Amino acid sequence: MFYWLRRVILGISVLVLSVAAYAQEISREQIKGLDEQVQEIKSDVLSIATELNQLEEKLLYPSNTQVAVFVSLVSGETFRLDSAEIQLDGKPVAHHIYTFKELEALQKGGVQRIYTGNIRSGEHDLQISVIGKSFGGADFNKTERFKIDKGVGPEIVEVSLAAQNITLKDR
Amino acid sequence: MYRLFVLLIILMFSMSSALAGTSAPKDLKDLYFGEALYYAFQGDWFDAIARLDTELMQHHRVDEPERDTLYYHINQAEFDVGDFELAYRMHQRAGRAITAVIEGNVEEPVRNDAIFRLARIYFQKDQPVNALYAVERISGVVPSKIRDDLAFLRAQIFMANGRFAEAVSILEDLKDTKSLLGFSTYNLGIALIKEGQEPEGRQYLDHTGQINSNNALTLAIKDKSNLVLGSKLLEEKKFEGAKEVLDRVRLVGPFSNRALLGSGWADAFQGRFERALVPWSTLVTREVTDASVQGAMLAVPYAYGKLDVYSKAAVIYGSALEKLSTEIDKLDASIKSIREGHFLRALVREELKQDANWVVKLRRLPQTPETYYLLELMASHDFQESLKNYLDLEELRKKLIAWERDLDAFEEIIEQRRAYYQPLLPVIDREFRRLDSQMRLRLEQRDRIEQRLKAMLVVPRPDYLATSKERIISEQIARLERKLTKDGTVVPSGVDARVKRLRGVLHWNIYTNYDRRFTEAYKHLYDLNQKVDKLKTQYNAFVNTRQAATQSYEGYDDVIRRQRFFIQTTREKVGELMARQGHMLETMAVNELTNRRERLAEFQIKVRFAMADSYDRAIRAQAQEKMER
Repeated sequence: MFYWLRRVILGISVLVLSVAAYAQEISREQIKGLDEQVQEIKSDVLSIATELNQLEEKLLYPSNTQVAVFVSLVSGETFRLDSAEIQLDGKPVAHHIYTFKELEALQKGGVQRIYTGNIRSGEHDLQISVIGKSFGGADFNKTERFKIDKGVGPEIVEVSLAAQNITLKDR
Repeated sequence: MYRLFVLLIILMFSMSSALAGTSAPKDLKDLYFGEALYYAFQGDWFDAIARLDTELMQHHRVDEPERDTLYYHINQAEFDVGDFELAYRMHQRAGRAITAVIEGNVEEPVRNDAIFRLARIYFQKDQPVNALYAVERISGVVPSKIRDDLAFLRAQIFMANGRFAEAVSILEDLKDTKSLLGFSTYNLGIALIKEGQEPEGRQYLDHTGQINSNNALTLAIKDKSNLVLGSKLLEEKKFEGAKEVLDRVRLVGPFSNRALLGSGWADAFQGRFERALVPWSTLVTREVTDASVQGAMLAVPYAYGKLDVYSKAAVIYGSALEKLSTEIDKLDASIKSIREGHFLRALVREELKQDANWVVKLRRLPQTPETYYLLELMASHDFQESLKNYLDLEELRKKLIAWERDLDAFEEIIEQRRAYYQPLLPVIDREFRRLDSQMRLRLEQRDRIEQRLKAMLVVPRPDYLATSKERIISEQIARLERKLTKDGTVVPSGVDARVKRLRGVLHWNIYTNYDRRFTEAYKHLYDLNQKVDKLKTQYNAFVNTRQAATQSYEGYDDVIRRQRFFIQTTREKVGELMARQGHMLETMAVNELTNRRERLAEFQIKVRFAMADSYDRAIRAQAQEKMER
């Protein structure tokens, strides 16, 4: 009896020690085939997204009135950016609170498009306010005003943030 | 075990972001490329690809690409899009994108980097022959950052193709590489064993099992190495050695349960049941759903039986039986829950993205399956890929619904614009035509004046610059002259002299002021030019605005109709694929649970017999004891 029991228990243990067998009714080919179809549908949806991006830009932000504001961090900056607010001609147009992932993406050199809108050609006031914490832990609160000159083409500006100052680059 | 699960789930969801090794250019010229990177750095691959695709498409449509800002980053952008697609598990498209880079006019290190990525795709997609063909194309300068990874990948590819000797030769060179600590020696051990050099291979497994490190992944491979070697020794009945190796596995690592079970068996096979009870008693207190724990639930009373403590063995068998019944009920409920769709519904909950432990926590929700039983299944590559596909499809489904709503909004905007502009434009156009003809007339006048002034630089014409007053006076003098000479009357000499003096004065003024007037005329023309420039700017602005007004509502109908059609058909396909992918996940889960259930049911029968036997022996032992007394 004990010999029999030992074989049973040992058999169970060997099963445990070996790799689990699963999904016997599903073949590798089925998984692969479905995966390929998912890849194809992703490709289709990406094509739609690309077309829609272009349609949206043409319809909502035509080049003669388009203004786009991008936010970037100066390379090597270590301050913690909590939020940013953009005012255009005295009116708040964008406000963003940063998640850790977004801040990390900015620190790695990514650029965030914080606002896209429409303005008339000519001169406009742009105000940028940022809140955060310096590397030492002190509160960080800065506001800068700039003038932008909207011409016939799209107005693309980059707001570059550093602990010391905020600079504007007209692209 | 819980930690293993958490580790696996974290790895599962962080793997994709770890794949792409892109970095932002130092001097970023194209902000839209920077935006694509912003999404990529957050692991938001769909948006990263969509934006970079849009940017690349626009760049390729430009007549003079060298004047486009993406021109400065075009090689990196083409490369990155393949990387992002790879991270988004679009291996086919990524392969095509990377192949395009390889076949393009790029430097040797860039080309080799691209081939490395392509080979990795093939290897990950279980295509070892293609992977081998790809790595064999690498020649010349290899970027230093990928040198070790490439060598390790090459070795893995050789192993997957059964060319263990070549793998051994590469891995021997990598055995001291810090970034591959544990992994190179473990693979070297396996390759040597497969190559037939069993003792050498075991030495490397043994060496890997004794590495000192704080790195979680190194510790995991160390445990795995010990478990593999220990299991081998156990199979070969080298119990002492097996015990020693299995006891090296950490008590908290992902392989600890299996190691504890094996360690107990190494003792039991040598008849040391008291010692076998030490690891098994530890194991039996752990999560009951684990297969090793369930194995220990039977092994413990077996050991007590062997120690002649039959009554205790019978009681423990009884308790194991109870636990097994509970687990079987749980598995039945889980299978039912999966079949009713609760599993899939729970998997797509938003919490999953926020909390990596959410899959584990699923079990706490009512009507959701016991996820612990799905642990090994969920950690498997196929299940992970299927689950990620399912979650990606769910995201696509949500996007397509949102886009359909966007198209509704676009159509409404277009209608409102049409309603606003259409009645206004005819009036504006009429007024514009009138102003336009006036403007043309004035511009022609200006051009004539300019031409005349230019001609006067060569041939001075003071009379052209006479003032209007002077012209009137000149006319008056001419009239007087005509009157006086009319009918042949003799003009009195005083009058004639006065008229001539008047003309002389006039002539004098016109000729002596000519230079000043000429300069003034140029100044006026300059002022006029400035006004004309302003007018032209205004004119162009109006033309642009007028054009934009029409373009704001015309020419969209076909595009929107086409997009709506694409979205609808794609939504149907996504729905269909989601159903198939979901069914596949459910089948995998149900199969796994059914297997576990069958195994437990088998245990139950055996335990019943064992329990009955133990009771018999206990009674017999008691009777014998009484008789002896």
